[in-house]
Amino acid sequence: MAEEKFEFTSKAKKTLSILAIVGIVLFGLGTYFASTADHSEEGGHAEEMHDGAIMSDGNDGAHVTEDADQDHFEGAEHTEAGHGGEHAGNPSWLKRIYANLWINNMYFVGLALLGVFFVAIQYVTQAGWSAALIRIPMSFGNWLPIGLILTLAIFFFGGHDIFHWTHDYLYDVNDPEYDSIIAGKQGYLNTPFFVARMVVYFVVWFLMFRWIRKKSLEEDLNGGESYFFKLRGISAGFIVFFAVTSSTSAWDWVLSIDTHWFSTMFGWYVFASWWVTALAAITLITVILKENGYLKIVNTGVLHDLGKFVFAFSIFWTYIWFSQFMLIYYSNIPEETVYFIERLSSDHYSIVFFVNLILNFFFPFLVFMPRDSKRHTVFLKIVTIIVLIGHWFDFYLMVTPGVMKENGGFGLLEIGMAIVFGVAFLFVALTGLSKYPLVAKNHPMIKEAEHHHVF
Amino acid sequence: MEVTSPVREVLVTGNKTYHDVSHDICRHVEAKPNPKWMAAMALSLGALFVGGYALAITLWDGIGMWGLNKTVGWAWDITNFVWWVGIGHAGTLISAVLLLFRQKWRTSINRAAEAMTIFAVICALLFPLIHTGRPWLSFYWFVPIPNTWGSLWVNFHSPLLWDFFAISTYFTVSLVFWYIGLIPDFATIRDRATNKISKAIYGGLSFGWDGAAKTWQRYETVSLVLAGLATPLVLSVHTIVSMDFATSVIPGWHTTIFPPYFVAGAIFSGFAMVLTLMLVTRKVYNLEDYITINHIELMNIIIMITGSIVGVAYITELFMAWYSGVQYEQYAFLNRATGPYWWAYWSMMTCNVISPQLFWFKKIRTSLWATFILSIVVNIGMWFERFVIIVTSLHRDYLPSSWAMFSPTIYDMGIYLFSFGLFFTLFFSFAKFFPVINMAEVKAVLKSSSGEIENKK
Repeated sequence: MAEEKFEFTSKAKKTLSILAIVGIVLFGLGTYFASTADHSEEGGHAEEMHDGAIMSDGNDGAHVTEDADQDHFEGAEHTEAGHGGEHAGNPSWLKRIYANLWINNMYFVGLALLGVFFVAIQYVTQAGWSAALIRIPMSFGNWLPIGLILTLAIFFFGGHDIFHWTHDYLYDVNDPEYDSIIAGKQGYLNTPFFVARMVVYFVVWFLMFRWIRKKSLEEDLNGGESYFFKLRGISAGFIVFFAVTSSTSAWDWVLSIDTHWFSTMFGWYVFASWWVTALAAITLITVILKENGYLKIVNTGVLHDLGKFVFAFSIFWTYIWFSQFMLIYYSNIPEETVYFIERLSSDHYSIVFFVNLILNFFFPFLVFMPRDSKRHTVFLKIVTIIVLIGHWFDFYLMVTPGVMKENGGFGLLEIGMAIVFGVAFLFVALTGLSKYPLVAKNHPMIKEAEHHHVF
Repeated sequence: MEVTSPVREVLVTGNKTYHDVSHDICRHVEAKPNPKWMAAMALSLGALFVGGYALAITLWDGIGMWGLNKTVGWAWDITNFVWWVGIGHAGTLISAVLLLFRQKWRTSINRAAEAMTIFAVICALLFPLIHTGRPWLSFYWFVPIPNTWGSLWVNFHSPLLWDFFAISTYFTVSLVFWYIGLIPDFATIRDRATNKISKAIYGGLSFGWDGAAKTWQRYETVSLVLAGLATPLVLSVHTIVSMDFATSVIPGWHTTIFPPYFVAGAIFSGFAMVLTLMLVTRKVYNLEDYITINHIELMNIIIMITGSIVGVAYITELFMAWYSGVQYEQYAFLNRATGPYWWAYWSMMTCNVISPQLFWFKKIRTSLWATFILSIVVNIGMWFERFVIIVTSLHRDYLPSSWAMFSPTIYDMGIYLFSFGLFFTLFFSFAKFFPVINMAEVKAVLKSSSGEIENKK
């Protein structure tokens, strides 16, 4: 077999650069509009927030605890309560930028991590069909070190705006804003432990990724079956670490934004969202590479199976989504329902709430139901792009209401920044992909993949 | 062209031909029952009758014969129900989900696993039925029939009713799936039969199967459609069982992770039960070439993975109880681990989370004795899991003045024994009169995954 190598052409780089510039321009315009809107509304702003709080309290009437202010947007009152120095200091548009940085960061860190997870799961389950495209998800892992830097930087600069629990006054019994519920979580939610966990996750993920990649590349040179079994072992190790850290990182980075709220399902919910995103991205990139003449070895059967994965795990995501929502809805415990009330009682978020379900469940479910739609590149491209956008909105809905309260927006700022992140991610992944052979030619399953046939 | 990678293990050893497969499996159906089988059957029937006494007394005198009290209103009955339903997951998972994932090793174990599934679901259905107290009336309570009493309908809001729909649908589809798979094999037995009676019986059971290409094509299509239907059903059954608890506001019951975690636990205990039964069947029927050490190892790996998923879920629950800051949740978990039922909690933790980790050692997961013992340990653990969830959450509720303990009576235990009697009577009958391995499907993988590759190595 001739060695196939992906060439990251200057033309492709140029296209990406133009996209990046468009993204930056959109982001700039969006920021400008957001900041001018902020200034013109400044007068009525506090009033509006206050109304929001009162309305919320009314809804929760039955459930005013001594411990906590359970108004829907828990930060709203703190804003008015004299901690201006560290809390309300940042204008709304800046908060919006932090919130968006965090959404995109979570989304792409997940993509990078779940790319490595895909590789690991293929080795552990001795999958044959995917052997020819294993290098594509492997290239996602290159984003991990950048992900660490971004996560640290955004937390360092925007941490107070994103994470309510980072404020010291919540833990001071003498402070009027003392919050005994949040104080109860201090053993887990405190900056040193949080940062230490973050660094450990990334470092171990990255080292495991490098190890898997190293062995896979050695296999290209030397061949033999021993690498396969070695890779199985490393992958099993990665999966064990991942099984714990995918949940804990979701608690740290996403769940703790809505600091009072809790749900045991949340870790697996984030995992499901990340996993579908990664499967969609792998499918999309494979299809595009194939259309550009690469990956001749990947046949329609393999594309069909990728489509099935996106289909099946879209349903899995919905299953997790529904289980979490339904159980909270049915039990109707105020501490838990507040999360969904926040999202459903707002005119802005409720649209996103249903868009999330349409893009991530109904669309892939209905379009990928017939066999042939999973075998034609045009449908594969349409569905995976929709799913990729859909799960961005999923993260938007997880992050924004907790950070922006009722003032969340969606516009050029969001679109521009998502484009910039997307281009950066592609740049890193494709650069990584161009550095080694596109097909793991000595993979012992490669012949199975080549002759893979799906009815 | 179908290629099988050299790194894959051989699925059928001993250079079997198609004829060998038919012979090795049919001969047990054709032979006279041997004394060992008779003894096993007698033991099962004994359990059925002894347990039947407890059941009869319960039906006659009412469920007051059980150890329940006003605080603990569910205990052994629902524990046994959930336990059996959980066990009833492996068969359809193996035949449907592993079919979709193209795991060819399933062909040697799917038949027996599906049979076990159906019998386990029958045992499970027993408990909700008896716990109504007057099962002869439960038709009105479970089935939404049009009635002349105005608005008197079943309670559609109740997860217990959803259970009825989920389990009866699952049971029906599993039964059809299992039976469709049996048809070609019944035809094989029919064709080999030497006396008229068995020819007539197996001929009837095989629905006049003719083995034509068109017939096989229809068979394949139906199997795939049923696999597609069965896959969401496998997930739905234990999801809805978990909702019996999770929709409530009882600390320890209301937790959003329950649906997927119950499903993982069900697969865990189902695979363990399949192993317990298959290790014995394999030995008694000399099926070592079909159910190889490789099969056992793969099943042990699934047990290890699902056990670990369950472990992650336990830890998640524990963490979230603390993290939530809700004092009732915190107490419920503290009480589980250190309260009067601490021994049940730690039995559960040891059997379900720690013991499957032993399968990380290749020596242990390829040892027949270790596998046999651990497969039983796992199901002890899974019984305790349901007991812990149900009883420890109920016995100390919101009102300390009504805190109570539960202790089972001999009638609780007797009905559990009855369910074992029923299960094993059905399983041993199956093992004698039906082909325990799916001959048609084993033959289908014979070419790509057996002797030929072995010879090349």
